[in-house]
Amino acid sequence: MTVYLSLAGVLFLIGLHGFFTAQNLLRRLLALNVLTTAVFLLFVVMARLADPLDPVPHAIVLTGIVVTVSTTAVALALVVRIAGRVRDDGADAGGGSGGDVG
Amino acid sequence: MGVAGVIFDGLLALALVWLAWQATRAADLFHAVVSFIVFGLLMALAWVRLEAPDIALAEAAIGAGATGALLLSALDRLATRDGRRTLLYEPATAWGFWIPAGGALLGGLTLAAWQLPAPGLGDEVLAALKLSGVDHPVTAVLLNFRALDTLLEIGVLLLAAVTIWSLGPAPSPLVPAMPSPALPALGRLLFPVFVLVSGYLLWRGSHAPGGAFPAGAVLGAGAILMLLAGARPWIRSSEHGPWRWILSLGLAMLLAAAISGTLAGQAFFHYPPGTAGPLILLLEVAAGLSIALLLFALYLRGEPCEHGYGESGP
Amino acid sequence: MTVAQWIGGLLVFAGIPFFLLGTLGLLRFPDVYTRLHALAKADNVGLGLVCIGLGIQSGSVALLLKLVLIWVLMLIASATAAGLIARTALARGLRPWGT
Repeated sequence: MTVYLSLAGVLFLIGLHGFFTAQNLLRRLLALNVLTTAVFLLFVVMARLADPLDPVPHAIVLTGIVVTVSTTAVALALVVRIAGRVRDDGADAGGGSGGDVG
Repeated sequence: MGVAGVIFDGLLALALVWLAWQATRAADLFHAVVSFIVFGLLMALAWVRLEAPDIALAEAAIGAGATGALLLSALDRLATRDGRRTLLYEPATAWGFWIPAGGALLGGLTLAAWQLPAPGLGDEVLAALKLSGVDHPVTAVLLNFRALDTLLEIGVLLLAAVTIWSLGPAPSPLVPAMPSPALPALGRLLFPVFVLVSGYLLWRGSHAPGGAFPAGAVLGAGAILMLLAGARPWIRSSEHGPWRWILSLGLAMLLAAAISGTLAGQAFFHYPPGTAGPLILLLEVAAGLSIALLLFALYLRGEPCEHGYGESGP
Repeated sequence: MTVAQWIGGLLVFAGIPFFLLGTLGLLRFPDVYTRLHALAKADNVGLGLVCIGLGIQSGSVALLLKLVLIWVLMLIASATAAGLIARTALARGLRPWGT
């Protein structure tokens, strides 16, 4: 269990670091997902440490996974609106700063 | 647990840390996204090691599958092929700040977590399991004891789909550079399998790991595969208007179940005694269908248009 | 350990070198097309051996059939994916190594 607890800690730090320091919005989203995964890992390890396996954190983590995918989808739609290009090659970038967000 | 188990856990942990690092710091965005997808798959292995098979199913289907499809679909829009390969200015990691600060943060959180009481609710759940109508503890918690969480979660999913649809019309779906007859054939061959597996997972949820969430995610993945194989989304308002309402079916049925208890004079979300089993199955079917269509709606990234598709820019 | 567990364990161990060789091919082959060969062929044979071995070990026919079904689905998916990747690479102008 200590392996998974320290894994949760390290992933939490990686996610936090990426979320705060990444310039690119997509990388920030990936870091946010890693962050949420680390928190879920902590929940499940705590559930495992209880004597009969505790199913309530499992249900909470399932809820969390669905909420995370919803958040990621909305954030991706917004990022694409901010920084996306029109699909045809050679056309001007649509909206925002165009091209990759830097 | 044995030495082999510890070695396996250690290797898995190392792989996960490296993949997470690649996902957040890789120069090439495609590299980062693929690392994240593999991270999701290995995370499913970790959930199995931690005796959480329901979460493993959900992580493999939603975390690696749906999120991966969403990320790749968005990545294609974000920049030119050459543009997204370059590492724009990313500040170098300031190790001098992050190692002490991170260590302090982790130390503080560990200290706080150590002092928390950790009785666990496993005993109470097992004691009440016979009354809940299902045989699997996690399903009982999700759809009976903590059904309010499930209601709110499907509400959040519906809200996300509505938000995305409100941003504008759906961009035209991706067309492969060299169309292959394999992809439509794959779609035709596999979609019945998707429906079968999803139904099996749904039915299985009452007595074994499974349930509405993995089932909905598998069916949603099947819908995304059909879209990639060339099918056109049929939830446009003009032709198949009523089908759009399946998106809100899950939320509506959960709300109905919740409020009907109150209207009958009992507590909020009270299931009449003896009907909990069939009622949970009905709610799971509604929730599973909703989740499948909602994941598909999230993937479309816009409102499906009446005639053709809108531009991908604002 | 019973006979079934021995046979199952043997099959699983027989499948592991295929995965190793597939990964070796992924790392060492010169271009996309040869790497796809390594992955689509070696990995799937390894997966088949592992699936059949685990199914025999479990002692339940239903479980063995489910695992074989998983293997068949994996074959279909990886074959189609490999074909699509190769077509896209060809469409983008990646020449095979040696031409």
